[in-house]
Parts: sequence; C-alpha cells; structure tokens
Amino acid sequence: MTVNDVVITGMGATTPLGGDVASTWDGLLNGASGGRPLEEDWVDTYDLPSRIAAPLAVEPSEVLPRVRLRRMDRCEQIALIAARQAWSDAGFDLPDEQHEPVDPERLGVSIGTGIGGPNTLLEQHDLLKSQGLRKVSPLTVPMLMPNGPAAHVSIELRARAGVHSPASACASGAEGLAKALDMIRSGRADVVVAGGAEACIRPITVAGFSQSRTLSTRNDDPEGASRPFDAARDGFVMGEGSGVVVLESAEHAAARGARVYARLAGAGITSDAYHITGNHPDGLGQVNAINEAIGSAGLSTTDVEHVNAHATSTVVGDVGEAAAVRKALGDHVLLTAPKGALGHLVGGAGAVESIITVLSLYHGVIPATRNLEEPDPKVELEVVAGEPRTKRLTAAVNDSFGFGGHNVALAFTRA
Amino acid sequence: MANEEITQGLASIVEEVAGVDAEEVSVEKSFVDDLDIDSLSMVEIAVQAEDKFGVKIPDDELANLKTVGDAVDYIVKNA
Repeated sequence: MTVNDVVITGMGATTPLGGDVASTWDGLLNGASGGRPLEEDWVDTYDLPSRIAAPLAVEPSEVLPRVRLRRMDRCEQIALIAARQAWSDAGFDLPDEQHEPVDPERLGVSIGTGIGGPNTLLEQHDLLKSQGLRKVSPLTVPMLMPNGPAAHVSIELRARAGVHSPASACASGAEGLAKALDMIRSGRADVVVAGGAEACIRPITVAGFSQSRTLSTRNDDPEGASRPFDAARDGFVMGEGSGVVVLESAEHAAARGARVYARLAGAGITSDAYHITGNHPDGLGQVNAINEAIGSAGLSTTDVEHVNAHATSTVVGDVGEAAAVRKALGDHVLLTAPKGALGHLVGGAGAVESIITVLSLYHGVIPATRNLEEPDPKVELEVVAGEPRTKRLTAAVNDSFGFGGHNVALAFTRA
Repeated sequence: MANEEITQGLASIVEEVAGVDAEEVSVEKSFVDDLDIDSLSMVEIAVQAEDKFGVKIPDDELANLKTVGDAVDYIVKNA
C-alpha cells in the first residue's frame, strides 16, 4: 500500500440484466441478454427504424417510495438506487443526525450522465403546452439538470467534499471514476461515491441516434442485436442503467478493515479534437488514454492482460478500438465487450463496465461477449466469446469513449 | 364546505405531494416545522388546493399560510 493507493470497497448497479451487481454479473456469466422489443406506441407513431432497446430489469418504482419517485427524474432515481447499494456494500450505514459513518467534509460524489433528465424536460414541456404554467412542477429544473443524480446522492449520504457530474456522453460514467480518483489523490477526499447513470429511452433519443445511423435495426432479434466485434454487427442497442462504486483511499479502507475488491490504479483522459461523433481514424486519442492510464498506474503493457472494451457494436467503432488497444498494449490482450449483453447504457456504461472489470479481477473470470459468433477479421485481438474465461489477472483496463471525442481509460489492479 | 372536510382534502393533497401520512395533517401543524414540507412542495400543494377548492392562492398569501389551520381558514374565506 502506498500513500496514493485508491481502492474499490463497494459497488452497486441497476441494469438491463438485473437490479443489482450480483444479478448483473450472474446474467453476464450465464449469457443473458437485456435486449427487448420496444413495445411503446411511439415506435409506430414515428415509424422509428430501431425498434429494440435494453430497459432496466427492475423498475425504480419497485425500489423507491412513491414520493421519492415523483420528486426525481428516472436518471436520478437509478443513480440513487445504485449509490445506496454501493454504500451498503462498502459496509456503511446511511447517515443520520446521530451517526455519520464517513466524515462529511472528507466524502465526495462524482456521478456523470450523458444527458441527465430528458424525461422530465419532455414531460414538463408537454404540460406547459397543454395545461399552462400552473401545472409545471416546481421541481422541473432540479429534475432535468445533469448534476441532479450526483446532487441527490450527496444529500442522501451527506457528502460535503464536493460534487462533480462529468458530462462526456458515453464516457461520462468512466470519467466519474477518473474524477473521483483525482479527488482522493489530490487530498480533497478520503471516500468518493463515483459512477454514472442514464435513463433516456425516449422517442427523441431513439430518433436522434437513428438519424445519426448508430442504432442496430436487427428488430427481429432483440437479444442478438448488440454484437460487438461480430462481422454482422450493425449498430448499438440503446440501454438504460446506472453503476456506482465507493472509491476510498487505501489508508482509510485499511483503518476500518474494509473488504477491497480491487485498486483503481490509474486513469487516462484524452480528446480527439476531430469530429463531433466520429473517432479519429488514427485512434491516437484512444491509444494515448490507455498509455496514460497504465503509465500513471506504474504498469507495463505486459501487466495488462485484459481490456473490458467500450465496443458498442457499431461497424467503425469496434474495429478502431481493437486497433488502438493492440497498438497501446500489444497482441496478448484478451478483450470482452459487455454491451453484447447489456446494450449501451450511455452515461451509465463506463461505470457498470468498470464494475464488471473489477469483478473480473476479483473473481479471475472474464465474461464472454454475447452474440460474437463470427469475429470480424479486422479485429486482430482475441475476444472472449461463447463461455466465460477463467484467468487470474494482475491488471485490466476499461475503455470508454463518447460523442465529442472523449476517451477515458481506467486501469484497475488486483487487490 | 365544512372545515373538517377542507382539512381532510388538504391532508390528502399533502400526502400525495409530500408523502406525509394524511392522519398526521391536523390544523395546529406547521407545514414547514412539523410536516417537513419544503417551499417547492408548498407550491405544488397550493396549485392542487386551488383546483380542489376553487380558490386563488397568490404567492404573497401563500407565504402567510404557516399552519394547516391557516390554509383551512383562507380557503373557507375565499372559496
């Protein structure tokens, strides 16, 4: 243990595979899929080309009381649900007037989202148009703001060391963890509740992504539609979900005898400065993010045997990422792509997939990439497919990239 | 409308908006200090009360309605 060590001591999630981390992990190992037909009327109303999605397995209304639900956007609800799980998993009770398990001045929150509360924005706009000002909720702004998920968690857990809400599209969840690492290493906090959340399966988002030609239209096969690295992939499946971890200085964790899942040893953040949606063709931003993550972690390329890929199942993106990983780390790396099972959780993706990476280190098991039947020959790395791979790992990297040219790589090491 | 009926009507609005058990809502209770209702919820409660009881509750009047009893009296006078 060195002064700068930061460890993961608690994890929580709600995803298309399950309402918590255990059911999500079991679903991944057992080959489950979160892909479902979109049965809402609006799919027909607007004749949307993509008629599939990966909704939450457990509705927030099954978990939170009615009044909490009506005061929070769906995105805020799922961040709170995942954060409560992570908090409890780390061995902490909820704080109250008599008892604060972590010094509030040393506790931070860093939970990102791609767009935050579009559900609220759309619903309240409809109310304003149809029924006028009086029917607009006074909570409209706090429900739609993208810092809402992080802010709600800070209130619940009494975190006063600062609240951050990175917005870097599909890299937001990973950036949430990267920011948290900074907070602890710079001495601003001992414990940071970090992650990401997204809940925006709506007509306008499905329409918008459809128009940018990024969604799968394999509508007759919802469970087979998200197929990262497969030759027949045709786009991503829009999902929703949240992942949150408790990051803690190793010193703080050791002092209270906490169970440690893994270390977050380093983070790399770069930007492409190239195109608002497309990755730079030379992949240098991705390569540099990985290099920065392992370099700051003090790891060599041979230490990293596994990369939990961002791979969303788009034609261009998956090949570009595989090439970047190979360039940064070499031929020996084993890839997996959880989005084959989960779909794309957008701002929640990087956090949920970080949790999966951590569990791969903790259990020595890499889940298989669902729907990878015929690997794209342009992917020049081995991708775990079919069955999970048992492998004792020293270090693993989680990649996350986002519209806007965001590249975030996180380096985790076995505790 | 009888005071009792108005109190019950308000109680169900408060329960709907703020999650306070309707049985706890009685005339002597302060919205903020006893029922822990914030200013944003008060706006929602006022809008629903306007619809339910056919009154207008302007913001400067709303600020004076400290207790459930104050609200009942206001509604009785203005409905």
